Amino acid sequence: MENLGLAAPEMFLLCAICLILVGDLFVTDERKPLAYGLSQVALLVTLVLTWWISPDDGAVSAFGGSFIMDQMSVVCKSWILIVSIGVFLYSRDFVNAHRITNGEYYTLALSGVLGMMIMVSSATMLTLYLGLELLSLSLYAMVALKRTDAKSSEAAMKYFVLGALASGALLYGISMIYGATGSLHFNVIASSLAEGGQGSTAAVFGLAFLVVGIAFKFGAAPFHMWVPDVYEGAPTSVALYISAAPKIAAFALAIRFLVDGLETAHNSWQGMLIVLSLLSIVIGNLIALAQVSIKRMLAYSTISHVGFILLGILAGSQQGYSAAMFYAITYSFTSLGAFGVILAMDRMGVEVNLLTDLRGLFRRSPVYAVVMMLLLVSMTGVPPTVGFYAKLAVLSAAVKADLVWLAVIAVIFSVVGAFYYLRVIKYMFFDEPVEPLPVVAPIDVQLGLTINGAAIILFGIFPGLIMAACAAAFGL
Amino acid sequence: MIPISHFLTLGAILFGLSIAGIFLNRKNIIIILMSLELMLLAVNMNFIAFSYFLGDTAGQVFVFFILTVAAAEAAIGLAILVVLFRNRGSINVDDLDQLQG
Repeated sequence: MENLGLAAPEMFLLCAICLILVGDLFVTDERKPLAYGLSQVALLVTLVLTWWISPDDGAVSAFGGSFIMDQMSVVCKSWILIVSIGVFLYSRDFVNAHRITNGEYYTLALSGVLGMMIMVSSATMLTLYLGLELLSLSLYAMVALKRTDAKSSEAAMKYFVLGALASGALLYGISMIYGATGSLHFNVIASSLAEGGQGSTAAVFGLAFLVVGIAFKFGAAPFHMWVPDVYEGAPTSVALYISAAPKIAAFALAIRFLVDGLETAHNSWQGMLIVLSLLSIVIGNLIALAQVSIKRMLAYSTISHVGFILLGILAGSQQGYSAAMFYAITYSFTSLGAFGVILAMDRMGVEVNLLTDLRGLFRRSPVYAVVMMLLLVSMTGVPPTVGFYAKLAVLSAAVKADLVWLAVIAVIFSVVGAFYYLRVIKYMFFDEPVEPLPVVAPIDVQLGLTINGAAIILFGIFPGLIMAACAAAFGL
Repeated sequence: MIPISHFLTLGAILFGLSIAGIFLNRKNIIIILMSLELMLLAVNMNFIAFSYFLGDTAGQVFVFFILTVAAAEAAIGLAILVVLFRNRGSINVDDLDQLQG
């Protein structure tokens, strides 16, 4: 039972969730915002604990080797926590205005964060599965939180059925790999496959199911059907949550399975990921062109960005993995900001849904318009924003892996994608506003969005600030 | 003694049935929830068979966790179903058409 302290951040977060859940039942209605404050404090303390106990170098494991703390998990956890703090900040007013029960929203969101942290730190397939389910089950419930809204409950049902199907496929794959290698530990699986036993056919068979499960959780085409429906149907604050931190967790899920466990089968999974990545980039960018709802447009844009993350992973080099990690982290806080602006524009019960609702935002509130412009430009991949460097790193890894054709297609379709991002910028800056009222948001949300926009430029000019940690995570 | 291939075939058939149940059924969401449970049980069958033939208990421990998660999943699935029924007055799969994926 040594090294139990390695899981201190998770244990603390679990206790905090229980406390907030029970405490929320006993406070009076005027004191309900207490849940928000406590959740932010819990996330901050968890973040500090994570840094405090992080090992200086190398990996340390606990719980009989099922829980691991390495450089990758420290970096991913830190960003998951930082992004979640932003998510809570931006969604606070929306949650109050739409009468979504405060205690339930924050406890479910915090359990999701706990699930993500466990996923990132897992060293066996069992831990990974349990973390993933904790995240997914919280998300299903969160999508349905607006209990009287028919769209929200329909989206939740679709998400639940497809998500459970994906978990089932993933589990079937896990069982095959367990049968082929005789272990649930990723390092034992890797060494057993490296020796090349008779079980390698079964392992490749299981691998196909694993990749299906991972693609579903990422939202990569052709397993993307749930993404636009959930983004549109879910309350905007939940769409924000789903679009941000879980992308980092999904990246960790892919790395733990495909790299830590099955790197020797790289030739088998590279082909599958090429198909997924290609379809995601093509379908995501093309369908996004035809959208009139901003949430659906962002959903299809997420699908195309997932294609880029997969592009880095499938390169199969340390450079590719670290580029994909950089992409996942920077995308999650770009998406955080974009949804943050949409949430800030929300007016007492009327959600911003159509692209045309953004008309004339520059006249109404120049700061938000400029922040939104920076975020959209970064999603397009124009220098000097961070999106440019992220795409560059991923593409150069793909080119080094002799996948020039794939890199060329990816570039062509991100140029196609520029159209729908620039169209929004045109609406914001050159069209007349539909309603002249300025966008009002509390000072802390304004500050958060400004920092978010500034970070896009800062990390674009000095990508090394994040890239160094990503490279260190993969021993570069 | 029954060889492991029999168990794996049974697992694969159950898994295939559950997938077919989800995609072929156009009537009732409850049947989809039943298919999802069947899918997890098919995986359990695989785990138990491997665990027995490998002489390793980790697979059986995994099964306990899957059973627990399956219970939680069913609870959330039924809760969403109740909310959906209150809003729509129907749990017919064909009626889920407000959002066009």
